[in-house]
Amino acid sequence: MTSPGPLLSVEGLSRHFGALGAVNRVSFTVGREERRALIGPNGAGKTTLFNLITGVLAPSSGQIVFDGAVITGLPPHAVARRGLSRSFQRNNLFANLSVLENLRLAVAARERGSYDLLGSVRRLTGTLAGAREMADAVGLVERLDTPAGRLSHGEQRQLEVGIALSTAPTLLLLDEPTAGMSPEETHRMTELLLGLPRRVTLLIIEHDMDVVFSLADRITVLHYGEVLADGTPDAVRADPRVYEVYLGTGDE
Amino acid sequence: MTWLRAAACVVVLALVALFPAVAGNYPVKLLQEILIWGIFAMSLDLLMGRAGMVSFGHSAFFGLGGYVAALALKAAPGMLASLVWPALAAALAALVIGFFAIRVSGVYFIMLTLAFSQMFYAYAFQVAWLGAEDGIIGVPRASLLGVSLASAVPFHLFLVLVFALAGFTLWRVARSPFGHVLQGIHENEGRMEAIGYAVRNYKLLAFVIAGMVAGVAGACYTQLNGSISPDAFFWTTSGEALLMVIIGGTGTLAGAVLGAAAFILLQSLVSTYTERWMLILGVTFILFVLFAPGGLVGALRGRVGLRA
Amino acid sequence: MPFLADLAVQALNGLAYGALLFLLSVGLTLIFGMLDVVNLAHGSLYMLGAYAGLAVIGVTGSFWLALLVAPFAVGLVGVGIERTCLRPLYRRPVLDQVLLTFGFVYLFEDLIKWIFGGKIRSIPPPALFSSSVTIGGFTYPSYRLFVIAFGLIMAVALWLLIERTRLGSIIRAGVYDAEMTAGLGINIHRVFTGVFAFGAALAGLSGVIAGPIQSAYPAMGVSILIPALIVVVVGGLGSLKGSLAGSLIIGQAETFGKAWLPEAAMLMIYVVMALVVLLRPHGLFGRPLK
Repeated sequence: MTSPGPLLSVEGLSRHFGALGAVNRVSFTVGREERRALIGPNGAGKTTLFNLITGVLAPSSGQIVFDGAVITGLPPHAVARRGLSRSFQRNNLFANLSVLENLRLAVAARERGSYDLLGSVRRLTGTLAGAREMADAVGLVERLDTPAGRLSHGEQRQLEVGIALSTAPTLLLLDEPTAGMSPEETHRMTELLLGLPRRVTLLIIEHDMDVVFSLADRITVLHYGEVLADGTPDAVRADPRVYEVYLGTGDE
Repeated sequence: MTWLRAAACVVVLALVALFPAVAGNYPVKLLQEILIWGIFAMSLDLLMGRAGMVSFGHSAFFGLGGYVAALALKAAPGMLASLVWPALAAALAALVIGFFAIRVSGVYFIMLTLAFSQMFYAYAFQVAWLGAEDGIIGVPRASLLGVSLASAVPFHLFLVLVFALAGFTLWRVARSPFGHVLQGIHENEGRMEAIGYAVRNYKLLAFVIAGMVAGVAGACYTQLNGSISPDAFFWTTSGEALLMVIIGGTGTLAGAVLGAAAFILLQSLVSTYTERWMLILGVTFILFVLFAPGGLVGALRGRVGLRA
Repeated sequence: MPFLADLAVQALNGLAYGALLFLLSVGLTLIFGMLDVVNLAHGSLYMLGAYAGLAVIGVTGSFWLALLVAPFAVGLVGVGIERTCLRPLYRRPVLDQVLLTFGFVYLFEDLIKWIFGGKIRSIPPPALFSSSVTIGGFTYPSYRLFVIAFGLIMAVALWLLIERTRLGSIIRAGVYDAEMTAGLGINIHRVFTGVFAFGAALAGLSGVIAGPIQSAYPAMGVSILIPALIVVVVGGLGSLKGSLAGSLIIGQAETFGKAWLPEAAMLMIYVVMALVVLLRPHGLFGRPLK
């Protein structure tokens, strides 16, 4: 049985760049099996927050607790190994490698076999099958042999999410998964995310409000590096501060 | 690898092994130098081509293997001295140097690896017990299974065997799950970290393997010439290996050997017609970097042009 | 007081060597700061300068003319290299450019061997400084004193250029952030070419000055590159102040090291280089990495 309590707990997290407080004493929790959206205007510190949680950036203060263990200060690969995976705002793929290989590397990351010096990748049927399954899940089965760099933008975003998913995470951080997508592609991505098993907890940064409201159980609003509001979609929608600062600007 | 390619390799190896039967001493020596530098270049290619780590200090391991072989063979000429001690020494050095070097990347990695190999050079050049400027001479050859390698044919076959083993091993490593991880690291190190790979460990292991094989090359070099000098450590030796890898084509083991062959042949054959082999080499290298970044192998596959 | 005299001689030698390293490393550090390229051919440019000096002296007999002409010639070579070979590579990974410069090491060394032969050629110091002077209790070649003075003058001149002129501020901006500088409407390509040529010219100048001390031989470029790299690393990539500090330190360290602890000297210097790269990659005065 996994430990009780929230899956992710961010406590008083801050990150300064000189005098600039990119993230300022942010605290919130994400419950198990929750679908959480993180919204806010550009520059609100959302991606920085992701960088802090995943260990890419060290916080100036505060701590992060994941699945009952403190993970502040751990390097990114250690965080990932604990079941916290992340997709990137800008496509961060293995451009010259095939779609299959992109996914296979992620699937293989969970295993120990990657130090195998003399074996053959073809014999790793388990990993390959896992990669093919993942390709199917993100709708890239037709493109297995295509180098990632040659995919269309929408397909690349699908692969981007696919890689993060392939590590079989408990918590998946998605940074603007539908960025730059057409309405049709956005719809496909939303379906994909809705179709994910509940045991994969989601924390999504999104600008597309339709996606947010169709997916999210709870919404956290970030503004100038601080938590402005945190609650159910209805509560957030009704919150006048949020409206004024963000939804009221009329964009997205 | 297709059966055709495997067969081609066997045929080439057989031809190489039989070469002394049809050629004189000088061509055979050239071929042997190609084999040895081929091993050295292939080991660097694992580092550069697969892992994307451009090292200007690979001569450290080549030289170390050479010196350890020299000292060991003078003390007790056997198989251990000939191959095992040099390989282990090089691997150990690579572990220590690599531990520090992988903490930096790009230009700083170049400069750090260069600094380390120059340390070896400075030490070997100065100290009497390593022969100072002149190095170690009069190194005897070992005996393998009762056959003395001092005779030409057994030594040639020994070299071909070591070359084949080194090439085969590096080939397997490059294709292995580990090799694929290296490739992923080369492509996008950040993402590899993000999906859970302890990138540093993989880089270090690659560095150690490459260093070990380079040490074997150095040991063979000592046994070919019966001597070793501090020049083996100098930064331009590392540079020459880089030249070979690039001219041949980074990321392909065959390319590394081709590059070694091109270099050695340029050096020896061209110099019978003109003394200007270095000039031609330099120009060739510049042209390759500019127009054929895929090297000879890339050119053979049609990848030529200014855009990389 | 033979010990003190010996000390003074070594210290002066260290300063003279430091002056050569300074002129050489300024170009190397500016080129790296602005273009991110470690110009492995920089030592070869130094060598070209020495031979250009030799040629000019051979034809005209005048060291002073050589001092003027040789750097100019090497600067032109720099323009050639940058425009024809480096510029097409700017969109490629920086390592490709570094490797390209390595090709020039071979090219230049053999070119010089072709034209001048492989033997060491001595270069006479100018008549004005061809004798020794007596200082305190020892005699010292006046040419080396000239080198030290020249180095000092050049340091001041370069400082004025970089810190006090518009051109210098463009260079400083380019070293700090080339993209931004281009964004300010400055023709950054011309600045790149200019900086590379300028660095090459300084390397050539260093070579001419070095001639009477070191003589000229084709492999001199390959040997001096390493100390120059160490100076740049220790001083800080992209910093003029760093080049000065670095050359003073390395100049003295290498000179005294070779005189008193030959076995350990060079080894220690490489250890220092390694430590700097590991612990403080931006050296003494360089900018923390982008």
